[in-house]
Amino acid sequence: MTQTSLKITARNCQVYYGETHAIKDVSVDIADNTVTAFIGPSGCGKSTFLRCLNRMNDTIDVCRVTGDILLDGEDIYDAKVDPVQLRAKVGMVFQKPNPFPKSIYDNVAYGPKIHGLARTKAELDEIVETALKRAALWGEVKDRLLAPGTGLSGGQQQRLCIARAIATSPEVLLMDEPCSALDPIATAQVEELIDELRRDYSVVIVTHSMQQAARVSQKTAFFHLGNLVEFGDTSQIFTKPSDPRTESYITGRIG
Amino acid sequence: MNDITAAAAPEAARKRHGSLLVQDARTKTRNASETRFRRLGLLAVALGMLALVGLLGSILSNGLSAFKQTYLQVEVFLDPAKLDKTGSGDLAQIAKVSTFGYAPLIQAAMQGAAKEAGVDTSALPAKALGQMVSKEAPATLRNFVLASPEKIGQTVSFSLLANGRIDGYFKGRVTMESAALDRNISPEQLAFADQLKAAGVLETKFNWAFFTAPDASDTRPEAAGLGVAILGSIYMMLIVLCLSLPLGVAASIYLEEFAPKNRFTDLIEVNISNLAAVPSIVFGILGLAIFINLVGLPQSAPIVGGLVLTLMTLPTIIIATRAALKSVPPSIRDAALGVGASKMQSIFHHVLPLAMPGILTGAIIGLAQALGETAPLLLIGMVAFVREYPAGPPEGLFDPAAALPVQVYNWTQRGDPAFVERASGAIIVLLVFLIVMNTAAILLRRKFERRW
Repeated sequence: MTQTSLKITARNCQVYYGETHAIKDVSVDIADNTVTAFIGPSGCGKSTFLRCLNRMNDTIDVCRVTGDILLDGEDIYDAKVDPVQLRAKVGMVFQKPNPFPKSIYDNVAYGPKIHGLARTKAELDEIVETALKRAALWGEVKDRLLAPGTGLSGGQQQRLCIARAIATSPEVLLMDEPCSALDPIATAQVEELIDELRRDYSVVIVTHSMQQAARVSQKTAFFHLGNLVEFGDTSQIFTKPSDPRTESYITGRIG
Repeated sequence: MNDITAAAAPEAARKRHGSLLVQDARTKTRNASETRFRRLGLLAVALGMLALVGLLGSILSNGLSAFKQTYLQVEVFLDPAKLDKTGSGDLAQIAKVSTFGYAPLIQAAMQGAAKEAGVDTSALPAKALGQMVSKEAPATLRNFVLASPEKIGQTVSFSLLANGRIDGYFKGRVTMESAALDRNISPEQLAFADQLKAAGVLETKFNWAFFTAPDASDTRPEAAGLGVAILGSIYMMLIVLCLSLPLGVAASIYLEEFAPKNRFTDLIEVNISNLAAVPSIVFGILGLAIFINLVGLPQSAPIVGGLVLTLMTLPTIIIATRAALKSVPPSIRDAALGVGASKMQSIFHHVLPLAMPGILTGAIIGLAQALGETAPLLLIGMVAFVREYPAGPPEGLFDPAAALPVQVYNWTQRGDPAFVERASGAIIVLLVFLIVMNTAAILLRRKFERRW
């Protein structure tokens, strides 16, 4: 790993769902141009924490977040921050491919349109083409950009969602189990893509598959019961975990 | 413990079930109850169909004849001696001649028609001949003369409405026997009508006037039409559509997407459901108290009817819209928010288009309900006898008008059996409107759903 700057810093982050304390005192540093994987058993809070990073949890009434999460040194939970603006900077790809029921073109063009990233139709076309190329989908869909996005295969839909996320040129890309609904071939394509994206973005990926975390990430965080148990270089986590719980999980004894 | 059961299991398992080829008692009872349930379901469906067929059959058999009407083709000499005694051609003078003054012209015309057809009318006095024509006919003539006074002195061909009993005779409602007991018609007149029909003077045509003419008084059912009622209903539907759809959709979006979930919004929610169950006549009382007595809007006006029906339709539309909004998968909202759309953008760009089929279906069902609603309209005076067409909108919304379901109610209250036929005819018109609206709902839903 070469020299990388910090992108997101979380300090003493707590998340409550009503009475439930879902995330307990998590502090983590997410570097730029790095793939950071969050692993852990179901219900351990890794997705919840991921959704804190672009304030998607705001849509849940009972959810309450305390502590500091800084993006480039700015507190994203500051009262002055508009979450809409934040989400343009921190894009997100969801577990289930969820293209809009619109054409492939409109799916990708929607973000740039609402953020005013393109002044002319030609500029918009270019953004769409670039995003689709970066998402390794351009070759498959360039002849049917006006076909519905929902008509693509599962893997293509997920790459379309990635294209949609990167079309708004975010700085951080959050991926919540992006491959859980995909077959092995589509998974391989998306993983290759994630590795590509690392050059320009800071990528945070939540995954259930430890192999996937090992394949695509440079940093890994292991969550258990709302606690961040261990955070470090992926190679170190998978070969010499320092915490016995991490070891139990990666060897398949808990989770 | 485990080891013992494991060892005993294979032997027991083999004995526990009998042959697959023989149904055991439990299976038999289960199958029998399933068969019973199926038969019951079939019976229920069959009963429903039977009731529907019976209902439609009776309405159609009673009402279809309303779409045909008997007319008399006669040459009327517009006698200047009767219509313009001074010979001045002054319209004010001509207008002084009431419809009574036109009766002799019609009697003469009938005699002329009989002579031309070669029918002997010696058995019938002139007055009886004139009675064969509708009481509406003198008014028709008078209106014609007042509109074109220059025709006085000429012979003009008219298609006059036949009397309701004559019309009923050709539709099978009146027979020679019943005519013998009827003060309004005699068997001789019916026999004469038969001869006129053979001569081509009397004919039964499609009844366009049923859709365009206003209501008519008790003594002239043959002239009664649905024109004012259809127009009044259309006006009210326009008001309901323009008010309840935007209001209902806006309220639902706010309640479903923006409003905080607390006791107050719970209370609102419960009360919307309650409002949907309030008897419609209560809305009528509300309309009478508020729109007429408090605000001072005119009685019998489509504006009041429209407002009352809007109140009645709103809960239906709100409930349907909220259900439609709820059924939009949350992943679409997440996707929109994930690319940085604001809440408003995610709703208007993504959620609302997906909810559209449900919203439209709800709106049209609400409208159809409002179209057939009678009780609240009775309370706000729409049951009045209205012969004048309301003006064009928007002023016309404040003019008195009737409504289709109220017209049905109105006609069923009248004595002359010819009105039963009219009422059934009006029900058919109402049903056709409803079928058209429901078809529109289905087509719209298909169109929006098929987009992808």
